[in-house]
Amino acid sequence: MKVITANFVTCAVKECKTSPASFPLHFHDAELEQQELDFQPEFIRNVIPRIDWEALRATANELGFPSLPDAKPEGQALENEQTLRDLHRMLLETHVSEGKLVCGNCNHAYTIKEGIANFLLPSHLGERIHRPETQWVTNASQFE
Amino acid sequence: MEYLVRFAQTHETFRRPELEACATIAGAEIEILSYNQYSPHCVVRFPDAAAAAATIKRSVLAKDVFELWGQGTTYEELHEDVRRRSQHLWEGYNNVPWKFVITSFSGTRSMEKKGEIMRSFKYMGFHGPIQMKNPDEEFHVMEEYIDDVEVAALGVSRIEEPRKIFLGRKLGISCREDIIKYDLKKRRYISTTSMDAELSLVTANMALAAPGKLFFDPFVGTGSFIVCAAHFGALTMGADIDGRSFRGKDRSKLGVFENFIQYKTESKFIDTLTSDLTNTPFRRSGFLDGIVCDPPYGVREGLRVLGERKGKPAVNVIIDGVPAYLRPGFIPPKKPYGFEALQNDVLNFAVQALVTNGRLSMWMPTSNDEKLEFPVPMHENLEVVSVSVQDFGNWARRLITYRRLPEGELSDISMARKRTDADGYNANELNAFRRVVRTMLMRRDRSNGLMNGKKHMLKGHGTRCGEDSEASQ
Repeated sequence: MKVITANFVTCAVKECKTSPASFPLHFHDAELEQQELDFQPEFIRNVIPRIDWEALRATANELGFPSLPDAKPEGQALENEQTLRDLHRMLLETHVSEGKLVCGNCNHAYTIKEGIANFLLPSHLGERIHRPETQWVTNASQFE
Repeated sequence: MEYLVRFAQTHETFRRPELEACATIAGAEIEILSYNQYSPHCVVRFPDAAAAAATIKRSVLAKDVFELWGQGTTYEELHEDVRRRSQHLWEGYNNVPWKFVITSFSGTRSMEKKGEIMRSFKYMGFHGPIQMKNPDEEFHVMEEYIDDVEVAALGVSRIEEPRKIFLGRKLGISCREDIIKYDLKKRRYISTTSMDAELSLVTANMALAAPGKLFFDPFVGTGSFIVCAAHFGALTMGADIDGRSFRGKDRSKLGVFENFIQYKTESKFIDTLTSDLTNTPFRRSGFLDGIVCDPPYGVREGLRVLGERKGKPAVNVIIDGVPAYLRPGFIPPKKPYGFEALQNDVLNFAVQALVTNGRLSMWMPTSNDEKLEFPVPMHENLEVVSVSVQDFGNWARRLITYRRLPEGELSDISMARKRTDADGYNANELNAFRRVVRTMLMRRDRSNGLMNGKKHMLKGHGTRCGEDSEASQ
């Protein structure tokens, strides 16, 4: 599981989603691997605004990366190739092959095996709550 | 200026939406001036030749694109139109190596007649060398007759002379040959439900896959959609409730990632996760540019989500003093799930996870019987961009593409009605589509004497890889 993905996931337990302690999930016993990938600056530029910077700083810290700047790079800073390369290396080239992701709210641990994280919940945690209704159109031909 | 797009004569209801999507990807304005589902020829307006070529380069269902030099219903009309439209262009091409091509859609011309047609354009004054291999310019005369499909569908009669003739200067070809590259027969990791290469590529186009973007498939399976989104340059992620589907059975192989290696798109692969859409781990903020998926319809296999069946209380089993769910190899219980509930979850997830103007392209089965028409699900934060249908005779499936609207902008869903799953606890009760198709197939098989304990197989559709066989109960 790559560092970028860890920034997009939180605890799968619905009640935890509202708790600030559930994000980011904390890596435990993480085995890190590096994999060289093509540098794609346009992707880094596109995705940085969607990254939760505080959470990424926390994750970087847990995984033993040199500390990230206090503020998220924006505007001109995203034109700096070294900044983009550093982010590329951390977000895309670093992955956790074995370990756990632990929720700071409910303490549930999600395991990562062979690079694949398992977010399935045991049934007592995965209660289904009311979902908003979707509207349906009976006659689809109006779109065709 | 007007341009002629020549389509492949297949997947007709996908062609226009895909062309429009490709124009959006190329950042080109497009206006479709004439389109006929029974014809490969489509006249469009683009701002310039570069926009036309860039759009078609991304299309899977188009074959090529031409600068339109003239059109008519007879050769007299065509010549007149060529003089009017393109006389000012002739001079620029009168000394370059060139070739002339005559093609007839649903018709034939003898070599003799072709020579005669060619000579009738002599007035354009092209004196450059004729070069059959790699000429600088290609000029095409495209004739259009009436094909058998149209004859059968509309009851029109065949014709001896073309009903439409075009002259065009070729600008470029589409990426249609990528279908061969992504052919399932040559792909390393597939299953019986892998979507074919052509429609997977079209799906990625509909969702506007492009370099720099982030794409996701919540029902990734063997990864057909994300492999195609990656082909167009997007970085991709996938999830599945059953990790075996993307990991594969062979422990020495890498499952979906094998395909990224095969197509040399390893740098476009981010992650696959085992997760359930109803209890998704993704945080609630827009981070995806595109979602491409073919949710499990559960015709052969019932739909499943995590949870206990009715009547089975959520008890925690303790084994050797450790709760069962904490032991390695624990498989969480799954329960039957309704077709409508599933689609609601996909739409709600898309609203939360897509960035503004991000797209969801979702496949959905439907019946051809009007009484059993399956509605298009709608959400006020999503605009329906297009609906295309692939017909299999006794059933059909649709590709529905949505656009995530900016906050504060709502789509009109007043024509929609609320729909929820009927009460029920087994897969058939929860899934009208499964009920209908299964009944239909069983009836057909019984009358054909085919009921000898074999499972049904639908064309283009079957079990998802590695799913537990118990699910079909």
